[in-house]
Amino acid sequence: MEALIQALQSQSAFFSQFSESLLALIFFVLFGLLFATVAAVCALVFVYLERKVSAHMQDRLGPMEVNTEIPVLKKIGHGWAQTLADAFKLLLKEDIIPDAADRRLHLIAPFILFAAVIAAFAVMPFGEKLVVSDMNIGVFFVLAITSFSVIGVILAGWASNNKWSLLGGMRSAAQIVSYEIPNGLVVLVIVMQVGSMRFNDIVIAQSGGILNWHVFQFFPLNLIAFIIAFLATLAEANRAPFDLPEAESELTAGFATEYSGFKWAIFYLSEYANMFLIGIFLSALFLGGWTSPFGSLFGGFFDQPGWQPIWIILKAVAIVFLQMWLRWTLPRLRVDQLMYTSWKVLTPFAFVAIFGVGLWMLL
Amino acid sequence: MNYFDLTFYVFAIGAVVSAGMMVFSRNLIYCAVGLLFALASVAGIYVLLGADFLAATQLMVYVGGIVALLLFGIMLSVKFTGVELRTGTLQMLPGLMIAAGLFLLLVRMVFRTEWAVNQPGEMLPTTSTIGKRIMTDLLIPFEIASILLLVALIGAAYMARRERT
Repeated sequence: MEALIQALQSQSAFFSQFSESLLALIFFVLFGLLFATVAAVCALVFVYLERKVSAHMQDRLGPMEVNTEIPVLKKIGHGWAQTLADAFKLLLKEDIIPDAADRRLHLIAPFILFAAVIAAFAVMPFGEKLVVSDMNIGVFFVLAITSFSVIGVILAGWASNNKWSLLGGMRSAAQIVSYEIPNGLVVLVIVMQVGSMRFNDIVIAQSGGILNWHVFQFFPLNLIAFIIAFLATLAEANRAPFDLPEAESELTAGFATEYSGFKWAIFYLSEYANMFLIGIFLSALFLGGWTSPFGSLFGGFFDQPGWQPIWIILKAVAIVFLQMWLRWTLPRLRVDQLMYTSWKVLTPFAFVAIFGVGLWMLL
Repeated sequence: MNYFDLTFYVFAIGAVVSAGMMVFSRNLIYCAVGLLFALASVAGIYVLLGADFLAATQLMVYVGGIVALLLFGIMLSVKFTGVELRTGTLQMLPGLMIAAGLFLLLVRMVFRTEWAVNQPGEMLPTTSTIGKRIMTDLLIPFEIASILLLVALIGAAYMARRERT
């Protein structure tokens, strides 16, 4: 960030008339808005993708009709404008607040959840230079700041003053707190190997092609760690098969039952932004981040800096696709099975991975 | 006033206002939310002082753990048992006296202490220093704390276990 500002100030007269701290403040606000917008666009794309993926997995076509009347864009077809229309519909809907709800908490709960997800994007490495704040404690920061999301969910469940909402909020809190443990432990496995919690250090340690990715190191310990991280983050995002907090068949929509219009859209947005965040997080930790899978093949062509954001976004989208695939394949777990999976399966295996990698590194 | 000062005042005012909300609110859930924002603001001040690891730990432990459990407990006791949990004012005079005494003590401490003021500068990595100190000079307190936590963990598991008849 500072490097970017200093470069701009030395290059152009327009920027050099402002002080560095003012520019930093403006840039941080701009990047915040940028990430909020990226999250919104992400959600639009991913909601469309989810509907299409689920449809094709169930041998249906999904949305096909909404293609706009603009001649060129109409040719694309496949109902590409469906989620745009849905977003406009949500913005125009009435914002209903139940009489018995706690109005203030009802208002802030979705925004706490959304802010927690967006704040974590500040350390996500989209490229060697394309990162807002390349913090020394990046990985730990993500784990810490996303713990705000559980507060948003609990408050939403409480403030709605509805039994379904409350049950959803309680389930979600129990689930997120439990799955934070295996998730934190397997992140430790990677931090041990690299000796740093900075995202760029972790990514650079994996440069040089697909065989250097952390998933394939210390076989099979890192692979186990990756699977645990994938499942734990899936549970923390409240995605199926761990979507008990919003189980439609028993709790209507869980903690989001009493929300409508734009506030409900914020919940939706946070869910999909969170999926994208998880994709970037896991690919930076295990799948080489912004490095290319080809290494020095093709004369290092794919290793040029311009490809970096493309690689990491491709990897993140692949992980998001995997999340959707699981959602439309597996049935939902019961509450006791959920707790069993976290405490008696994932946590012990995470300890095995830490121990194994530690021993391996010593030998 | 540069943006360092500005951010400091934003976090400081946030901490004071939300601490006030925590103390003066009658509704327990508002108290918990006040505590949440007070802790988060203090974490922001830690970052400004260059203690980024401490700030993240504060968020992780207090926000993700303690405030979440507090909210959990309040929700369980209010919504499921129907007991209205509200705080009242008890023991006005002794409370005021203790508060005033503590306040005077703190004010005295603030003016007596020689504060080592560092200029806000480069953010240096703190994690490796903390790790080395914990593993060398502070090893015994660290081990004692971990044994304490282990005891607490076993105790919690013992209390939560299913009674066999």
